[in-house]
Amino acid sequence: MIEVRGLCFAYDDVEVLHNIDLRISDGEFVAVMGENGAGKTTLIKHFNGLLKPSRGEVLIDGVSTRESTVANLSRVVGLVFQNPDHQLFSETVFEEVAFSLRNLGYPEETVRRRVRFILETLDLGGYAEESPLMLSGGERKRVALASVLVSEPKHIILDEPTIGQDYQQKERLRNFIVQMNSQGRTVVIVTHDVEFVVDCKPRVVLLSRGSILADGPYDSILSDRILVEKASLIPPQISILMSSLAGLGFNPKIIDLYQARSALEKRLCEYVSEHV
Amino acid sequence: MSLNMFEGFKFKRKDTLLHRMDPRPKFLIALTIFLLSLIYVNVLVLLILLTVQVPLVYASKSMRRWFGSMRGGTILAAMIFFMNFLTGSTLVFSATMTLRFLVLVSAFSIFFMTTSPDDLGLALERIGLPYTLSFTFTTSVRLVPTIAIEAQTIVDAQRSRGLELDRGSVIERVRKYIPILIPLIVSAIRRSTELAEALESRGFGAVKHREPLATLRMKRSDWAAAITTTLVLVAGVYVQNTMPIPSFDTGIRIPLPWGP
Ligand SMILES: Nc1ncnc2c1ncn2[C@@H]1O[C@H](COP(=O)(O)OP(=O)(O)O)[C@@H](O)[C@H]1O
Ligand SMILES: [Mg+2]
Repeated sequence: MIEVRGLCFAYDDVEVLHNIDLRISDGEFVAVMGENGAGKTTLIKHFNGLLKPSRGEVLIDGVSTRESTVANLSRVVGLVFQNPDHQLFSETVFEEVAFSLRNLGYPEETVRRRVRFILETLDLGGYAEESPLMLSGGERKRVALASVLVSEPKHIILDEPTIGQDYQQKERLRNFIVQMNSQGRTVVIVTHDVEFVVDCKPRVVLLSRGSILADGPYDSILSDRILVEKASLIPPQISILMSSLAGLGFNPKIIDLYQARSALEKRLCEYVSEHV
Repeated sequence: MSLNMFEGFKFKRKDTLLHRMDPRPKFLIALTIFLLSLIYVNVLVLLILLTVQVPLVYASKSMRRWFGSMRGGTILAAMIFFMNFLTGSTLVFSATMTLRFLVLVSAFSIFFMTTSPDDLGLALERIGLPYTLSFTFTTSVRLVPTIAIEAQTIVDAQRSRGLELDRGSVIERVRKYIPILIPLIVSAIRRSTELAEALESRGFGAVKHREPLATLRMKRSDWAAAITTTLVLVAGVYVQNTMPIPSFDTGIRIPLPWGP
């Protein structure tokens, strides 16, 4: 459980998070969304103790982050940063991915097995002996993801995981995240990628200017035009379509492709049977 | 890793006497303070050199950031003090060396806080540096804060992977900086390549002689500052060479088994 109570945080003198309250239960899937500079990265840096609250507290599985170290918390909280270039340094992809397992003191046998597995899962199997620095942007991003996910932390926090990935790679990433989530792991993703969120169907926490603007199921939040605009997001395409058809009696709250399809199908059938 | 230190070297546009001053006499002031701190090995003189800077900082409305850079400098200052004192220097001498460092940090912190990189570039061109070099220099000055923030992010990213920088023997700790330094260097190289390509695409270096949009003009007050500073420097050198100044050294030092 990740529990945030009355969290305020200031860099130097400027407060960037104001009185955040948030409970994320074990096994939940949460997307933190909001405009650039809203404080999303600052918030998740509190989840493994990199930042400590100026006021309030953050509890991971009931223990305050003040009473633990980042290294200790990294056993249960895996945090992947936005820019892979800020962490890749090893000679080979294999060594890069093994780094956190070695830091955590796993036996060599386990290290090998787990690294091989995660590399296969994230479609990096062929790169084990390549230099991570020479890979393409999307591949470097997946190496960075692999290097944290390899220790199978109980809570997984990903900052902008879909940037630089093409559609297929996003799908593979989503399948992997969903798989981790269905094994009971908590997943928190920070993202602007509205369509990715619609595909993932998580709970959405909308952050704006350091405060929580809204918190709820993805469909009720992302179909709310006013909220979405306030957080500088574009509404999902289906939502744009359905609300532009609202005059014809379509439900503008629909944001799922399959619901949209069946609504359209139904109307079309009605139309055909009435007029033909 | 403290980012405050870099804050105190970053230019912020303000309207004060020092901000308006031509960069050349301003640099001369910083240089004079530094040179005087080098030729005097005297705790009292160094204290004076540090104190005279306080009104300058006050006048340039940069007190808070100056304190930031001084605070950032204290760790290195403390190292300088203990390295001197623990290797057998007297208490007063160690303090003198430490003060000299702080005088240096302070003088250049004031200079960089009140001089825009653009003015600095113009000044460098005026003293005969080719544009490409002065551009390189000012760009590096501009990038320092960016790189400082980047370094902090890299430290955060590696700590999230279980790296503990403050544990283990000295050699282990030094080795632990590899995961920090490599991404920092790689990303600096990546950034410079991108910057170079972007510059070239925008016609950088296309013409041999470029006409600067703005030029530097020494005002009367700038000349006055330059002449006064030169006089202070000359007087300082003269006094140091001709008059005995009490050293105030009490001779207190750590007794070392092999003597001082
Ligand atoms: N290291 C830092 N020092 C000072 N201010 C920072 C730092 N990191 C972020 N900020 C500021 O905090 C605010 C929130 O930033 P961030 O959490 O990175 O936003 P987001 O991830 O939502 O884009 C921004 O206004 C940003 O400028
Ligand atoms: Mg961010």
